[in-house]
Amino acid sequence: MTAPDSSILNQYLVGKEPFYQPQHDEVALFEAAYRRRLPVMVKGPTGCGKSRFVEFMAWRLGMPLVTVACNEDMTAADLVGRWLLDKDGTRWQDGPLTVAARYGAICYLDEIVEARQDTTVVIHPLTDHRRTLPLDKKGELIRAHPDFQLVISYNPGYQSLMKDLKQSTKQRFTGFEFDYPNAELEAGILVQETGVAPSIAAQLVAVAATARRLKGHGLDEGISTRLLVYAAMLMDDGVAPRAACRMALVQPITDDADIRATLEHAIDMAFA
Amino acid sequence: MTDHPRDPSLPSRLAAYRKQLDCRFPWVGEVFSDCIAKASARLGPAGVSAYVDAARVLCKLGRGEEPVLIFLEEWPDVGAALGDGTLEMVMQMVQFMQRTPNGNAIGGFLQTLAPVSRTLLSREQLGHYLNTLRDMMERTTGSIHGHHQTHPSPGLPELLRQAPTLLQSLTVDGLRNWVDYGVRNYLHHPERQKDFFSLQSADSRAVLQRERHGTLLADVERKLDLYLRGLWQDSEVLVPYSTAFATLRTPQPYYDALGMRLPDVLDDLPGVSALDHYRAILAHMVGHRRWSIPQTADNWSPFQRMAVEFFEDARIDTLLIRTYPGLRAILLALHPKPAEGACDPETTSCLRHRLAMLSRALLDPEHGYRNPVLHDFVGRFHRELAGGNADTPTMARLALDYVTTTRRQSDQFAKVHFADTEISYRDDNRGLWRFIESGDEEEAFDAEQRKSPDLETQGLPPRHYPEWDYQSQSYRPDWVSLYEGLHASAAAATIDQLLLKHAALAKHLKRLLDLLKPQDKVRIRYQEEGSELDLDVALRSWIDFKSGSTPDPRINMSHRTAGRDIAVTLLLDLSESLNEPVKTGGGDGQTVLQLSQEAVSLLAWSIEQLGDPLAIAGFNSNTRHEVRYLHIKGFSEPWGDAVKGRLAALQAGYSTRMGAAMRHAGHYLAARKADKKLMLVLTDGRPSDVDVQDDRLLIEDARQAVKELDRDGIFTYCISLDPHADAYVADIFGRQYTVIDHIARLPEKLPELFIALTR
Ligand SMILES: Nc1ncnc2c1ncn2[C@@H]1O[C@H](COP(=O)(O)OP(=O)(O)OP(=O)(O)O)[C@@H](O)[C@H]1O
Ligand SMILES: [Mg+2]
Repeated sequence: MTAPDSSILNQYLVGKEPFYQPQHDEVALFEAAYRRRLPVMVKGPTGCGKSRFVEFMAWRLGMPLVTVACNEDMTAADLVGRWLLDKDGTRWQDGPLTVAARYGAICYLDEIVEARQDTTVVIHPLTDHRRTLPLDKKGELIRAHPDFQLVISYNPGYQSLMKDLKQSTKQRFTGFEFDYPNAELEAGILVQETGVAPSIAAQLVAVAATARRLKGHGLDEGISTRLLVYAAMLMDDGVAPRAACRMALVQPITDDADIRATLEHAIDMAFA
Repeated sequence: MTDHPRDPSLPSRLAAYRKQLDCRFPWVGEVFSDCIAKASARLGPAGVSAYVDAARVLCKLGRGEEPVLIFLEEWPDVGAALGDGTLEMVMQMVQFMQRTPNGNAIGGFLQTLAPVSRTLLSREQLGHYLNTLRDMMERTTGSIHGHHQTHPSPGLPELLRQAPTLLQSLTVDGLRNWVDYGVRNYLHHPERQKDFFSLQSADSRAVLQRERHGTLLADVERKLDLYLRGLWQDSEVLVPYSTAFATLRTPQPYYDALGMRLPDVLDDLPGVSALDHYRAILAHMVGHRRWSIPQTADNWSPFQRMAVEFFEDARIDTLLIRTYPGLRAILLALHPKPAEGACDPETTSCLRHRLAMLSRALLDPEHGYRNPVLHDFVGRFHRELAGGNADTPTMARLALDYVTTTRRQSDQFAKVHFADTEISYRDDNRGLWRFIESGDEEEAFDAEQRKSPDLETQGLPPRHYPEWDYQSQSYRPDWVSLYEGLHASAAAATIDQLLLKHAALAKHLKRLLDLLKPQDKVRIRYQEEGSELDLDVALRSWIDFKSGSTPDPRINMSHRTAGRDIAVTLLLDLSESLNEPVKTGGGDGQTVLQLSQEAVSLLAWSIEQLGDPLAIAGFNSNTRHEVRYLHIKGFSEPWGDAVKGRLAALQAGYSTRMGAAMRHAGHYLAARKADKKLMLVLTDGRPSDVDVQDDRLLIEDARQAVKELDRDGIFTYCISLDPHADAYVADIFGRQYTVIDHIARLPEKLPELFIALTR
């Protein structure tokens, strides 16, 4: 049997304070949710700071953070754990969700909708008043550690109808709706993250605004804060503004010639 | 180009040239010395000698004095512009014309040669031009009655007359295409040929439009739409206006309730691409919409209004540049830079000129003008804008002050200095003014946007579609007029009876359809639990286990079914031939139309079972002016009595202009959101129409339509009932067709085919 050794969580502690620029009152609200151990759902487009926010909150609360990037091939066992075969027979190995629930950590399921629906139901008993996790295969019922909290994220933008979360899953979470920060905050983030000059940061944000307005007109997603950070980093290293923008802001997001032309024009207009 | 020094021995050589010329026309004798002087200054000695020889030839042609005079006067310019050696080409052309019934046009040819050569710029280009003329002559001369070439080309004199104008806006290639179009379409109609070549007929203008050089608005429309949205958070209908036939002043852009009006075509200019020019026009209009407040105009003089417009336009531009600094370079490249002393205030009204300079200076920190009043107003303008509260009335006050300060008596003169004062990216400011007296208030700036036209209304206006002309490998713009409407209706019960008759078939189909329903099966591998063992993975795990490492327990796989996502349009050929009875056995004297009805009913029923969105429409045509497109079932309409009623009323008549109907069906299908889009075309004959003699034309057009649809992600498939279809159907549909020989079996074949296609 596995020893109840919570030192396993040490590796999940967030060491240094991550830089996080609050957009509204989300920090206080998250703290409130944590006080009552309410499950949290963070929604928003890609690269807008969801993961950074959760990481920051874990640091602030002094909690270990177990992150799982979900994908289509993931099964319930990848979350919960499984029996492994070895020469001497079989051995149970806890999955990340079990580790977090057993020893008390924040478990962050990133892009939960990527996982299949039969996978997501295993979180149900953990997310209501029961706060339990049955390990059917092992014949064990885990009562979640008092510090345990479940956080999931998803991007409502690009999923198809097929991939949407079930109502019965959605309705177990409190929600945070994220969007790209407003121009001033976003420029501030770029300055903080990369050391780029404020005027350049503002120009980058103007280019991003162009792309975000084209969403749905040939663009699936606008330019994310993440990509702006990349562009700023390149420029901070001496890459010419236009080249950096083309490389970090245009190439990754579209192959549509008209959209490209428009974004490149926006870059020329912003960086005069 | 080459400027030869004046020849001191000219008088003595003149006599020799006269002898060489050997021409007795009196006028020729009189102008000759002047012409030789000009020629000697522009052409080399060899050139002058060849020039005189050529004039001599013209003199002996027996075409009178006119061509000789024209040549003597025009050639020195042409020869100098295009260089030696071109004379030979031109004289060959003259000789050629002389041999045909077109000799009388030699004068016309020589007459426009000089302006033509100014636009051509090179020998090769001239060669292309001459070849175009020669080709045109060969094809249009004397073939009216199919005899020998006895009648001159009807269009040639017109073509020669129009050539300089045409080459203003066409490349030589474009000219050739335009000429070719006219020749092919009006070969046998002398009068219409003349209309075409004199730019009188509508299609002549339309083709000219298409062949113009520059960037067509139509080609950059999406880019501009994205520009408006992306950079300015705006969107608007973009409406082109024609620039090809504007003679006096070029029309200005403007906007009103119906949209933003832009030139249909723009050329690249030094430092600004045509696309950026369009963007600048849009940006300026957006600026007005955002920041201008309409002013009441009644109390102001035209001068005052003009000044207000210049100041307000500059304010708008300044705000635009503040938003996007990169815009300054584009605006300055488009904004004229009037020279400070260019207008003489003693003789001319200079207010426009002064304002254009001021406008330049307001945008261009490096304007370099010295006038102190200008500097003063530039300073005041920038101080007003720096404050952040400057609006249209502020500009109006500044403008009125400017007019008073700089007033001159001569501002009232009729002669106005226009050069370098027109700013092509600015609109005509009609929205800036409100005239109380004439009651134009409703034309206010923020006039309400037009509602999109109500599609429910009866009698929709015709839609125009191009048709592919395979001979020239180009589209005939707006060639076909298509009218759409709802098909007439009859008793739905008829269709239910037909279905009943095919109950056994329906049962059979149902089995096939059930197989089809769980379409799009996806295998999911690496499952701990699943429906089947995944042998590959299981083996690998077993080996891992045997060799002592941890085996992967995910040795099963399962299947997931995603939904079908197919949109289907069924396009029915409703031409006359459908009324014929079926000849091959088993038809019980039914007509093709009746069998089609049964088949379509079964197909519609089948597709309904699958839940795929299906639209059904029929078409026929009676010349290119009347293609009818009749809706039988809409995508979201259920397979119910309304649809059955229309199907029951199916009627056939007229001809089969397939391309236009396919394009129209395609535009609906393209608007659907579906992974797969399928267009089934059910027809019993080749595309044809009463106004088309060339058998290939409509076949090639349909083939082109299939290509267009393919480009739009629409898969077309033809079900042909024509036993002779093999001769052409593959040309149109490639491999995407079936010919059904036993038409009697159509009712079972059609649904089966659909099932096979979407399996
Ligand atoms: N509010 C913020 N404060 C600090 N950095 C931010 C903030 N928002 C975004 N960033 C920057 O953007 C980057 C991307 O953010 P993050 O990885 O959190 O995005 P995400 O929303 O989780 O995206 P995805 O949905 O693709 O996982 C971060 O690495 C960080 O540099
Ligand atoms: Mg993330």
